[in-house]
Amino acid sequence: MDFNKNIYLKEQNKKIPTRNGYGDALVELGKRNKNVMVLCADLTDSTRVMKFKENFPGRFVEIGVAEQNLVTVASGLAAMGKVPFASSYAMFCPGRCWEQIRTTICYNNQNVKIIGAHAGVSVGPDGATHQALEDIAIMRSLPNMIVIVPADYEQTKKATKEIAKYVGPVYMRFAREKTPQMTTLKTPFKIGKAQIFREGKSISIIAAGPVVYECLVAAEMLKEKRIDAQVINCHTIKPLDQKTILSAAKKCKCILTVEEHQITGGLGGAVAEFLSEVYPTKIKRIGVKDHFGESGTPDELLKKFGFNAVNIYKEALKMLNKR
Amino acid sequence: MELKKVSDLKSMANQIRQDTIISLTEAKSGHSAGPLGMADIFTALYFNVLKHNPKKPKWKDRDFVVLSNGHICPVLYATMANSGYFPKKELMTLRKLGTRLQGHPHREALPGLETTSGPLGSGLSQAAGMAYALKLDGKKNKVFCLTSDGEHDEGNHWEAVLFAAKHKLNNLITILDRNYIQIDGNTETIMPLDPLDQKYRSFNWNVKKIKGNNMRQVLSALKKSRTNKKRPLMIIANTIPGKGVSFMENDYTWHGKPPTKEQAAIALAELRKKRHYLEHENCKNCKNLHDECVCMDGQ
Repeated sequence: MDFNKNIYLKEQNKKIPTRNGYGDALVELGKRNKNVMVLCADLTDSTRVMKFKENFPGRFVEIGVAEQNLVTVASGLAAMGKVPFASSYAMFCPGRCWEQIRTTICYNNQNVKIIGAHAGVSVGPDGATHQALEDIAIMRSLPNMIVIVPADYEQTKKATKEIAKYVGPVYMRFAREKTPQMTTLKTPFKIGKAQIFREGKSISIIAAGPVVYECLVAAEMLKEKRIDAQVINCHTIKPLDQKTILSAAKKCKCILTVEEHQITGGLGGAVAEFLSEVYPTKIKRIGVKDHFGESGTPDELLKKFGFNAVNIYKEALKMLNKR
Repeated sequence: MELKKVSDLKSMANQIRQDTIISLTEAKSGHSAGPLGMADIFTALYFNVLKHNPKKPKWKDRDFVVLSNGHICPVLYATMANSGYFPKKELMTLRKLGTRLQGHPHREALPGLETTSGPLGSGLSQAAGMAYALKLDGKKNKVFCLTSDGEHDEGNHWEAVLFAAKHKLNNLITILDRNYIQIDGNTETIMPLDPLDQKYRSFNWNVKKIKGNNMRQVLSALKKSRTNKKRPLMIIANTIPGKGVSFMENDYTWHGKPPTKEQAAIALAELRKKRHYLEHENCKNCKNLHDECVCMDGQ
């Protein structure tokens, strides 16, 4: 894996919000593909689609605060051969318009890209109403739907371009905050192909989204205890990369999943469902435990809900009985 | 097949009503009142107004039909079968395992369907998305969206009303099946909608009110809709739920159930008689147009 060389030096690592990668990729896509359109529900700036709007005003559709209309208009556009990206906050889309996504996009099999920004507790001071923690679960359960959670800016950029090429419904979620850059221009991205960011054989930490960084730092801490932890960036939650996960289970016999989502129905759920049937493995899921978020700074909340490197490190030690 | 004469269209609408009854009876479940009420409008659309080709359902110059209130699909299926999209005998598979005629229409199951629908209130916004894309690409195809009054309770529908007006989608023609019934009863007791014409006008739509079971009015309004200008068009069609079958007409309890075999026999006899009157207006043998008329033989 081709990493940013400063990856473990927090102060040197460039931090950029994942959503910026989406906005930048859209501008490139707009130039290349005339059918790419962007729809937004009154969140143009914060979903980072402003640049697309400025460059391609005719292909930008402002829907207003109406998420049900956002996805259904997108379905109609896709029926006419367009490649619509429907952007909002994850809490509102897919949060508010699940049935419309199910019927008019998934069952109807239309080529719509659903974009949920501001997911996870790291949204911060806005509080629980705006912190989507169930979006992966509700999207992952839909037939025909692909679910992607990119880890950093560069990966989001690549993922945006890849999902534009893929014909069919896709859900992609972002975080709000500036997060560390792990991958580089050269790091490959393939839908459905998890990436081993760090090799190891005592425990496999499988994560998605910007928290992958915390997992890498935790792995570095574990090294000091002579524990070599594997870190897998499982950016595609559906379809799950069963091959990579199965070989991680066989090699490490111990799996820790990490995601800014409820522990049910998300990445941890997907990994547990899969392994329990084919290769029962000791699993611990780090996530929000049947609870809502709350107001606070992103760092405070990441710490409180256990998404920081120290907690991941501690959980790994607990699993290995090496406290 | 194009039918130009109003009398021929009326006969076809009658046939479509009969086929609707037959398929619903065979299915043993489904909605009766709405389909019968909309038979005249579907007939006018598919046998006169629409640009379409049943043999080439993906023809790129076709008009797009979006059925928002998917539950009235038996009439859509009967109309499509009669116009040649698929063999009429397939109507007997409605709602059965493995059928292309799903209980609510599914785009991927049957060529000629433009959307998947059933859950209410989402058809207009899909139709608006289509109309928007067509305008963006400078295409002349029209989008005909069929919607019900009951689904006007849905917020999603009104979001689309705003959207279509904002973008002046004059290529979007919406036909509202105003039959005043929904599952639980009269629309005006469940959630009052009147005055719908004024609501649409104030939302910056063009509005036309017609009697939805008067073929002459239906045909005239739909033909004119092709030259609709400046704003999206709402054709409010006052229809009689269950139209054509006296014991179903205006009775909301027929919204969501099919006739039994016995009821179907009565309904079909009535429709056949009406068809006979329509087609034998000047027949010497039918002076009195009574039940025992010799011309009824073999019908």
